[in-house]
Amino acid sequence: MIRPILEVRQLSRRFAAVDALKAVDFSLEAGEVHALIGPNGAGKTTFIHHLSGALFPDSGSIHFAGEDVTRQPMHARVQRGMARSYQITNVFPALSALDNVVLAVQGRPDAGSSFRFWRPVTQEKALFETAAGYLAQVGLAAKIHTLAAALSHGEQRALELAMALATQPKVLLLDEPMAGTGPEESARMVELIEHLARHVTLLLVEHDMDAVFRLADRISVLVNGELICTGTPDTVRADPAVRRAYLGDHL
Amino acid sequence: MTQLMLEQALNGLQFGLMLFLLAAGLTLVFGIMDCINLAHGSLYMVGAYLVAAATQAADSFWIGLGAGVLGTAVLGLLLETTLFRRLYTRDHLSQVLATFALILIANEGVRTIWGPAPLMLNPPEALAGPVELPLGDDVFFYPAYRLLIIAVGLSVAGLLYLLVAKSRVGMWVRAGAANREMTEALGINVRALFTAVFVFGAALCALAGGLLGPLLAVQVGMGESVLILAFVVIIIGGIGSIRGALVGALIVGAVDTLGRALLPTLLRAVLPTDAAATLGPALASILIYLLMAAILFFKPQGLFPARA
Amino acid sequence: MAFYQAPRWQKPVALIGLVALCLLPGLLQALDQSFYIGFATRVLIFALAASSLNLVLGFGGMVSLGHAAFLGAGAYTAALCQQAGINEALIALPLAMAAAGLFAALVGLISLRTRGVYFIMITLAFAQMAYYLFVSARSWGGDDGLPLQGRMTLAGHALADDQTLYFAALGALTVAMLLFARLAQARFGRTVQAIRENETRMAALGYPVFRYRLVTFALGGAVAGLAGALLANLTGLASPNLLQWTQSGTLLVMVIIGGVGSLFGGVAGAAVLLGLEEVLVGVTEHWHLLLGGLLLAIVLFAPKGIAALFARRGAAS
Repeated sequence: MIRPILEVRQLSRRFAAVDALKAVDFSLEAGEVHALIGPNGAGKTTFIHHLSGALFPDSGSIHFAGEDVTRQPMHARVQRGMARSYQITNVFPALSALDNVVLAVQGRPDAGSSFRFWRPVTQEKALFETAAGYLAQVGLAAKIHTLAAALSHGEQRALELAMALATQPKVLLLDEPMAGTGPEESARMVELIEHLARHVTLLLVEHDMDAVFRLADRISVLVNGELICTGTPDTVRADPAVRRAYLGDHL
Repeated sequence: MTQLMLEQALNGLQFGLMLFLLAAGLTLVFGIMDCINLAHGSLYMVGAYLVAAATQAADSFWIGLGAGVLGTAVLGLLLETTLFRRLYTRDHLSQVLATFALILIANEGVRTIWGPAPLMLNPPEALAGPVELPLGDDVFFYPAYRLLIIAVGLSVAGLLYLLVAKSRVGMWVRAGAANREMTEALGINVRALFTAVFVFGAALCALAGGLLGPLLAVQVGMGESVLILAFVVIIIGGIGSIRGALVGALIVGAVDTLGRALLPTLLRAVLPTDAAATLGPALASILIYLLMAAILFFKPQGLFPARA
Repeated sequence: MAFYQAPRWQKPVALIGLVALCLLPGLLQALDQSFYIGFATRVLIFALAASSLNLVLGFGGMVSLGHAAFLGAGAYTAALCQQAGINEALIALPLAMAAAGLFAALVGLISLRTRGVYFIMITLAFAQMAYYLFVSARSWGGDDGLPLQGRMTLAGHALADDQTLYFAALGALTVAMLLFARLAQARFGRTVQAIRENETRMAALGYPVFRYRLVTFALGGAVAGLAGALLANLTGLASPNLLQWTQSGTLLVMVIIGGVGSLFGGVAGAAVLLGLEEVLVGVTEHWHLLLGGLLLAIVLFAPKGIAALFARRGAAS
């Protein structure tokens, strides 16, 4: 029996008087696209923060590729192969799209140390070519020299994705990649994610239900910090607790 | 020996309470307005000078104290409305530069007006002598004036507690320290609140400066050394927290005073004399910084951080 | 913020500046103003110190108010070296850098775990702690400081000769600026700048942010130590006043006047501040008032400093 690539056991976190996460048990199978859904305020982004290392739990553990990463800082988890994209676009606005992705490529363990003090980065053609490759993958080939601030919202989300990809992750945590995108950009993003799913294990937090049901192999539902259901899209659709949580709306 | 300990303990309490007066204003300005004010020590200095000058002019310590505090409060009002108001939205670096400039101006200004020699400030006649305090079946003498300082310090601490914990204004202040934007969004007149906090802080500085004037020298540059201590107090106590400022100030006051008094003696018992002679005072003077570093190691936000 | 890119006019201007500085002592001697060689050396040394702070502050984004402690550490190391019989600058100067750099690394290890206002105050507190330590250390001169018995020699050349010390300082400054310029455009420089802009993002890209900050902080401290050792040779004294926070404030003011983050900001700021001091002292003994007023004016009306004023007219950004 193959162990899941990401395993979360009894993860709990309290903020002041609020239980943000209550003994969450969760597992992610290698190669799958797993969606995490739930009403607003359910704790989805908090959960992602704990997985990525931005926050640390009060109790419970997180295991990535067999290793206990619960107390490891963010950059260590990224180096082990867990990357994330942000719900609110978090790129470097004054840098070109290419420079943004080059930073991501440069930070990889296989790109060598960045404690280099003499050679100008602009001379490292390999970094720039690799970065351009990732930008092409997300459909930004024509805009590599555009300043990130000058890109459209959807293009910025794509840039986010390119940067996360450039770290060559085994697992990619996508926090609402379609947040704020219009129908056309959403459709493109869905295609992109489908393309990505062939290479990377994805954990996707999304509100866009059409996208979720189209993309996901499995879905988990988080309500008030508790994981109330995990299963295939059909299982989740039929589950009474889930229906109650959403008041029968979307499903 | 017990007499010495008791005397030093009271000195530490007195010192700590005065530090609290300085730290309280400072921590609120940091906490609520997120503004670094290096010139806070200058307000303390100017306060001391105004009290000394007013005392000499009115030939009364109490009138001098009142006039000095009032004068400094007015100065604080002027500074806040003309300069500091513009600094709140600026980055920390600009605040550092501007307040550093104020220190230069304050020091030179004071020197120009009153000359480079220290000013005389005498405690009130009635309190110039020692007070008899019972200690078991013995008596113990402690300067009356220092007891006054302790009394004033405790009263101010009590008053601040009532103000901050029990009054509506205090609630605004606490809200502002915890979350400025939210407080603004709730419709509180933040501008007036900021001015009030700043002016109050300036008044506290002057009070401390005036009270300590008879004990320390009223001279140019007296603000700088005490400012650093106030910073240490706030770092230990947590920015934005009055309670933290009090706890921090008492800790710093106690550790510094007792450390300086006891450490050289302690070391002499353990180390050879010349080593103790060098190490003793050196260690005593850096004791609070070591304490600060130790506290920071476990709690980088201080003991009672106001912000979540 | 774009990545630092040397404006096109920088290399030629820097070269011209360097040549001019090389010719300066000769010129001063010819004009019978040899006294000013010492002043010029002082400016060079502070340009080095201010530039080292600029690395930490302008480049790394860390507002350190205790940088003078590393200047002082370098000065004391030089004086102690001489006491120990080491009179060769080629040994003493690197030792001073190592000592200051190590001290900076220790301070950074604790301070860099904090942010914003806390960081500023903690660096200040540590510097003041070092000051008190040196003041109380009677075997190291205490209040009066530790004097040097004459200047050192640099590979056979006596630094006692004013011109030799001048060129030693100029050499140190030139090498440092060259290194900083290369570093800024190398991987390390890009990383540090990106961390300054958005450290969470960089952590999310796998960079050990703390490590980069620490290295920057320590490097800045080490170069300040070099300046301190040179300063001790110039003044003949390692004084605890070098570590006072007012000295840190002066360095900070130099960087801000000169232009935070621009390569020659430290140099420009040191030249302007020390030059201003020299001029104003002659005008009035209350020149601090004028200086304070000037600084306030800069904060309120020219926040990016003097070098930035030039940059605006200059090349692309």
